[in-house]
Amino acid sequence: MRSALAAVLTSCVLALVACEKKASAPPPPPSPAPGGGTAAAPSGGGTPGVTADTILIGEVGSLTGSEATFGISTRNAIELALREVNAAGGVKGRKIEIRVYDNQSKPEEAAQAANRLINQDQVLLILGEVASSNSMAMAEKAQPAKVPMISNASTNPKVTEIGNYIFRVCFIDPFQGYVMAKFAHDHLKLTKVAVLRDLGSAYSQGLADVFERKFTEMGGKIVAGETYTKGSTDFRSQLTAIKRAAPDAIYIPGYYNDIGLIARQARELGITAKLMGGDGWDSEKLFELGGAAVEGSYFSNHYSPDDPNPRIQKFIADYKAAYGSVPDALAALGYDAAMVAVDAIKRAPSLERAAVRDAIAATRNFPGVTGTITLDDKRNATKPAVVLEVGKGKTKYVATIAP
Amino acid sequence: MSDFAQHLINGVAAGTIYALVALGYTMVYGVLKLINFAHGDVMMVGTFLGYGVAQKLGYGNQSTLWGVLLIFLAAMAGCAVMGFVIERFAYRPLRDKPRLTALITAIGISFTLSYGFQLDFGPLPGAAPRAFPEIIVPTEWLIVGDRAVVIWNWQVISLAIALGLMLMLQALVYRSRFGRAMRAVSFDHRTAALMGIPVDRIIALTFMLGSALAAGAGILYAIKDTAIQPLMGLYVGLKAFVAAVIGGIGNVPGAVVGGLLLGLVEEFVVGYSSSSWRDAVAFGFLIIVLLVRPGGLFGSVAAEKV
Repeated sequence: MRSALAAVLTSCVLALVACEKKASAPPPPPSPAPGGGTAAAPSGGGTPGVTADTILIGEVGSLTGSEATFGISTRNAIELALREVNAAGGVKGRKIEIRVYDNQSKPEEAAQAANRLINQDQVLLILGEVASSNSMAMAEKAQPAKVPMISNASTNPKVTEIGNYIFRVCFIDPFQGYVMAKFAHDHLKLTKVAVLRDLGSAYSQGLADVFERKFTEMGGKIVAGETYTKGSTDFRSQLTAIKRAAPDAIYIPGYYNDIGLIARQARELGITAKLMGGDGWDSEKLFELGGAAVEGSYFSNHYSPDDPNPRIQKFIADYKAAYGSVPDALAALGYDAAMVAVDAIKRAPSLERAAVRDAIAATRNFPGVTGTITLDDKRNATKPAVVLEVGKGKTKYVATIAP
Repeated sequence: MSDFAQHLINGVAAGTIYALVALGYTMVYGVLKLINFAHGDVMMVGTFLGYGVAQKLGYGNQSTLWGVLLIFLAAMAGCAVMGFVIERFAYRPLRDKPRLTALITAIGISFTLSYGFQLDFGPLPGAAPRAFPEIIVPTEWLIVGDRAVVIWNWQVISLAIALGLMLMLQALVYRSRFGRAMRAVSFDHRTAALMGIPVDRIIALTFMLGSALAAGAGILYAIKDTAIQPLMGLYVGLKAFVAAVIGGIGNVPGAVVGGLLLGLVEEFVVGYSSSSWRDAVAFGFLIIVLLVRPGGLFGSVAAEKV
């Protein structure tokens, strides 16, 4: 019995070693893509994804799993954008087709899906993702294969640092921290603010750090700094400590599911300070979980559906007609990501991936739904953010803050 | 001073819930020497059952006394049945197998419940968090100074319910025939069987009792912290398990003391040092207790026969 087990174990170990060897060996000569039937090698000549009358692009999104609402809004908006482009005759005489893969809200699946798009489907470029961890997993595949990738809503600075083929059409985390500091200081005229951050979230930490630094530089004072960990639902101890410091406002750059409870418990403890946060607040669930307690709070976001700009109102009307709901910020960013890609394909001198990359990098003053998009030399979008006020079951536009 | 009082209230409120959940861990460990890792998830199912009943009754933020009672009873009865089923089909067939087998099965049940409930089937389950209705309409009962200390009606009512459940359990374990049988099984189940105690039935009843308490704790938790979601049991279950070990696992008063201590320690760490230290100090406290008293505060160390 024992020797049989040992034999099985040994063979497993041997198999593992063999696999590892294979993986670390220098890349094998171009082999036919598995099951794809296309003969072109991944990086060899030709123009991947382009035929006489179509251009194939890819998208990876969280269509199922914990962030499914993010992925579905994004996909809907991208489809809407491409329908409009194709109805207007496509680009360079070709229709744009898209292949979408689900990543189940998991980074390892996102990497897998990116691989399929690159090697099997041979797409020209890739759109996605929302969560920064998923985008980073995809970028690790796209960069070495030199496939341009545009993330629609990943705000962590590290995403585009992966390489020169990775872009985004949203602003990055430090900017949001600055926006709220400026809003608190200039618009609300606050001087004493407490910060409550999610200790385990890079997003929350990033926003909180920048907020604290900028707000102090502007002459404000951080009177209390408390933390919580994901999964806890009782924030009373932190809030009681904050209450002692008597701040004018509390900055809480977290996600909507925590914010609702924090708001309730703050009001319950008799805290009347204003609450402020970032784009992680943007969800219908915020109103359900927070109820009346969260009303009158402010958060920074990528766009506001109340913005009277005709370009935005047309997008909202089209999206509503197609999908029956008001598009959230992620939908707006998805639409912009697709349109920036189309614009770059139009401007590119050829349909090579490298030429398209250069055209994306040269995006200047592109009129998007989420603002005028200019990509800087770090491949991040510089554009204004909006501040929204939470009302009864909806948000209200308050201010636009430029970089 | 006033925030000391507020911290005390917060800590007791959190601690009573840890204590109620810890009781289930401790009772099952007492009779079976099994750490039932699915216990926190049974609590989660209890809150979802209560949520379902509240929806049926159409409660948003109003309710009647009978309605609240019905929510508690339905959740507790539902979880008692579930506890019975889990024991009968998952643990009983493994009772004579090595203890590790049952432990792994418990983890399996825990994952089955917490991830199974994220699938969209029927009216209740689903991954998104949702707000538990305010079945006890919030009213401020005591305000000290300029809202320096605030106590709400539901905090007092929850505390009363928790204490009531604990006293009932105490009476059941130490004053009833069932309790005596349970203690006998816990002491030595083979000898108990020889004395004519129906061991299987006593173990099944212990599971049902622990699960019902978990459901009660779950509803109190939902009244306190509003949001319920399928993974909530993992977090509360872990904390309650720590509470049970601090008090001495297998010991009923120990679980109550352990729960309250843990709640208060966490609260005062945040209040008077830094919130980043909360979990570190809570688990450090566990280690210190175990170093000084390896059996927990109320536990006794059994000499291992070699």
